[in-house]
Amino acid sequence: MKKVYANAAEALDGLLHDDMFIAAGGFGLCGIPELLLEAIKEAGTQNLTFASNNAGVDDFGIGILLQTKQVKKMISSYVGENAEFMRQYLAGELELEFNPQGTLAERMRAGGAGIPGFYTKTGVGTVIAEGKEHKDFNGETYIMEEGIFADLAIVKAWKADDTGNLVFRKTARNFNVPAATCGKVCVAEVEEIVPRGSLDPDAIHLPGIYVHRIIQGSHEKRIEQRTTRKKEDA
Amino acid sequence: MPWDRNQMAARAAQELEDGMYVNLGIGIPTLVANYVGDKDITLQSENGMLGMGPFPFEGEEDPDLINAGKQTITELSRTSYFDSATSFGMIRGGKIAAAVLGAMEVDEEGDLANWMIPGVLVKGMGGAMDLVAGVGRVIVVMDHTNKHGKSKLLKKCTLPLTGKKVVNRIITNLGVMDVVDGGLKIVEIAEGVTEDEIRAATEANIVN
Repeated sequence: MKKVYANAAEALDGLLHDDMFIAAGGFGLCGIPELLLEAIKEAGTQNLTFASNNAGVDDFGIGILLQTKQVKKMISSYVGENAEFMRQYLAGELELEFNPQGTLAERMRAGGAGIPGFYTKTGVGTVIAEGKEHKDFNGETYIMEEGIFADLAIVKAWKADDTGNLVFRKTARNFNVPAATCGKVCVAEVEEIVPRGSLDPDAIHLPGIYVHRIIQGSHEKRIEQRTTRKKEDA
Repeated sequence: MPWDRNQMAARAAQELEDGMYVNLGIGIPTLVANYVGDKDITLQSENGMLGMGPFPFEGEEDPDLINAGKQTITELSRTSYFDSATSFGMIRGGKIAAAVLGAMEVDEEGDLANWMIPGVLVKGMGGAMDLVAGVGRVIVVMDHTNKHGKSKLLKKCTLPLTGKKVVNRIITNLGVMDVVDGGLKIVEIAEGVTEDEIRAATEANIVN
């Protein structure tokens, strides 16, 4: 059971094919699998569908795959930070399926938990509900949403051991946990692979059963909106 | 004088009660945090955090610690972190007492539009649809009229909806209104504003 690979390209070897469906972790540019996205760009895989909350910015995150026109469709809740995305979408070159953020997270979680569909109040009475099954429970109307079952999940964590147990850091956890669970195969990139036994078993955020391949690498971890306060405000 | 942004935020802060878990949207709602005073309020950031702290000091920004507006923030002694599915579980599950949100339009039924202008703005709804469908109380903070002087409190929203029958209270630069049976009810008028001015700026039916 060898899970540790030397680099992103090796970790993705044999997993990529055109027209595939990839679930990616991250929120904005926080906790995105930046090394694996770069490797997918290098591999040149085409016609990709991504389930990812955001689409990165023009030159970072999924944005780099938009520039190379490798993305066919995005399933996202918010894509406002990416000019190239807007250009391709308005030109009809890119499909876009908006999901409410919580619905997207739950679709991933459900897929990973073997649940093909679930009912939610989110989006009832909006364009999101159009064409979806409606059902009443206790006098309230809900719509059915489907679980996501992706060919591949790519995630970023803080630490891993060699069995794939993952620990995330602060708000970089975000979509990485549900995304990891909904892929047939999950590849994780981490900042540090630590010796087996050095992670507290009570504090594992994602058990290694969900993680098939791991790489360690150095991350740029770009900040999207740098906001600060002055010392005298304190 | 109508309220300014900070006065609107201060008025919205009065809606928050000790012990509440609250989600604040982007824009004026973010300013509400500055006016909670001594009340024990825990702020949720839907990207996976309870107990959101203020912006960091310069040089102490952490790329792993951002709010839902992607701004760098800090943690507090009470802070907890969790994944996005858990985060929206607590939103959808009604655990968050209130959300304070901005809006483009609200109507007399409590319908809310704040995510899309067809052909102009297609950024996405983010977590707004989940929030308005799930939290205990939805408080909208916005200007009473748009930049062309047209009312944003309508009989019927014209923009794509974020949620249907979801708004409880609206705080504008002119005052405070509640969504009740039959329309909107004036709860409070900003000092120096007259009832006639509020009525003239409101397209929605006002009930007494």
